[in-house]
Amino acid sequence: MASVVDSAAQGVHDTSARGRWSLKGMARRPEFGAVVATVLVYLFFAVTTQGAGFVSIDGTAGWLDTAAELGIIAIPVGILMIAGEFDLSVGSIVGASAVFLAIGTTVFNVPFWLMIAIVLLGGACVGLINGIITVRTGLPSFIVTLAASFCVSGGATGLARLLTNTTNISVNPPPDVHLLFGSAWGQANVSILWWIAVTAAAGLVLSRTAFGNWIYATGGDPVAARGAGVPTNLVKVVLFIATGVAAAFVGVIQGVEYHSGNATAGLGYVFQSIIVAVVGGVLLGGGYGSAFGVFLGTMIYGIINVGIFYTGWSTDWVQLFLGVLLLCAVLANSYFRRFAMSAR
Amino acid sequence: MTEPLIELRNVSKHFAGVKALTDVSIAVHPGEVVCLLGDNGAGKSTLIKILSGFHPPSSGSIYLDGQETRFADPRDARSRGIATVHQEVGTIPLMSVGRNFFLGAELKKGRPPFRWLDTERCNSIALEQIRKFGITRVRDGDQLVGTLSGGERQVIAIGRAMYFGAKVLILDEPTSALGVKEASTVLRFINHAKNQGVGVVFITHNAHHAMSAGDYFVVLIQGQVAARFRRGEKSSVEVLSLMAGGEQIEDVAGEFAHLGKNDAAARPATQG
Repeated sequence: MASVVDSAAQGVHDTSARGRWSLKGMARRPEFGAVVATVLVYLFFAVTTQGAGFVSIDGTAGWLDTAAELGIIAIPVGILMIAGEFDLSVGSIVGASAVFLAIGTTVFNVPFWLMIAIVLLGGACVGLINGIITVRTGLPSFIVTLAASFCVSGGATGLARLLTNTTNISVNPPPDVHLLFGSAWGQANVSILWWIAVTAAAGLVLSRTAFGNWIYATGGDPVAARGAGVPTNLVKVVLFIATGVAAAFVGVIQGVEYHSGNATAGLGYVFQSIIVAVVGGVLLGGGYGSAFGVFLGTMIYGIINVGIFYTGWSTDWVQLFLGVLLLCAVLANSYFRRFAMSAR
Repeated sequence: MTEPLIELRNVSKHFAGVKALTDVSIAVHPGEVVCLLGDNGAGKSTLIKILSGFHPPSSGSIYLDGQETRFADPRDARSRGIATVHQEVGTIPLMSVGRNFFLGAELKKGRPPFRWLDTERCNSIALEQIRKFGITRVRDGDQLVGTLSGGERQVIAIGRAMYFGAKVLILDEPTSALGVKEASTVLRFINHAKNQGVGVVFITHNAHHAMSAGDYFVVLIQGQVAARFRRGEKSSVEVLSLMAGGEQIEDVAGEFAHLGKNDAAARPATQG
């Protein structure tokens, strides 16, 4: 044990001596495993789909599209997990936002931009409520947001049926709204740009701001964080609001893109967002992870989904792939955690 | 004698009718280590919580630099130079040395609204300070604190409080989770803090640690001061028996000897 530990400490010295890009220095980054996994998964499908178009521009656009909307949600969900909390209500917020956007603009003729603002505010409110209940009661956010998920989903479906007698309502966005949320170049949707923008913003917050430092501290050890004067409850509430807004934002994108609002669309995001965050190197227990890692985790998800389609195999295999990958990621993450904690 | 940095006079504290502290007076002078001794439930943690602003006293008063005062909350106490370092919860293992050191007091650069974290300055100052604390094997501010030993982490937590201007350090069992060598790292650092003119309140269960670091000793039993003495006035056996709530440690030793005899008597029988 002692020798392993000494060599670990030695590795750190080497990092500073040889500069930032040494192999051991890279291996310490939370997204290291995700980088390796992305390359391996991509190569696997590039080889097995030979000539079928997976590596073509359309194929690439295909997996980026699949990843983008999930990614916009997974980034704030992953950061919330770094701060030590879960949000299972994102899926319902996506569906409810799309439905309310449709009802507002189609049935009540509310101006499109105003309705987008209302829907985003609605997402923020759900996040605020999730956050306040979680920090005030000290209950696990898992159960608080699970309840919120059912409330939002049930409320949205019920209200939609009450107001319009259906849960699938058409959306007719004006051109400027369509350009920002629903346009595409060839097969590539504009949501890919939003996904990259959200990742970049989140990456800056985590690595370059004091608030980012507070997020890691809140998830790493809330008692020590509070002892150092970090407002851990505020940090959590802000992050819950961020996941709510992001989910509502994806609801808007989906409404505009598919020209319809469906209350049950988006439920898949609940577990997918947690899976890609973990695959991207976020510790389930919080305190460790990166925005770039979650970005890569989401890419892997897109690659597997679309890659399987190009192999011509049944898409049933997607779940198996993801399950195995998730298990590997959790094992790798917990190994890293032990490595970092026990090294003396 | 210099004026005490912080002083409690005739402080009592009760929670819902249960007396936790009765008429306790204690003074912490600059450059002095006050050891707070006592068994579990003797009132040590209540006393620390009053000193660090978690609880107001039920009666009695707090003097800071000779002025009677009250702490609004722990943050208030901290901003007035009273820093508390708890066992195991000083630093966050999965964060870097630099980020840990400046947690809650991050250095920033750039103009609002874009106030970025000045990671380089955080790391270089943290490294420089940590070297001063005697930890020389950390060479990169990005190194995770989890890779350090328990003693080193405790030293960083204490040194950090000193760097941010603590005049009184309350150390809540800083050595109890550590091995012998690790504990001596921390004890040496307590001595360093004392030489810098900091007043230290040192809580420990370990009589040897207490005797090697303490200048002044206060023993609490059932919320009352049972004894107070200076270094050298009592032997470590006497201190140990006081800490055990007055029970004669020799009696316990006697019981052990008795048990040993029984064991010796039983052994041949089981072997045969």
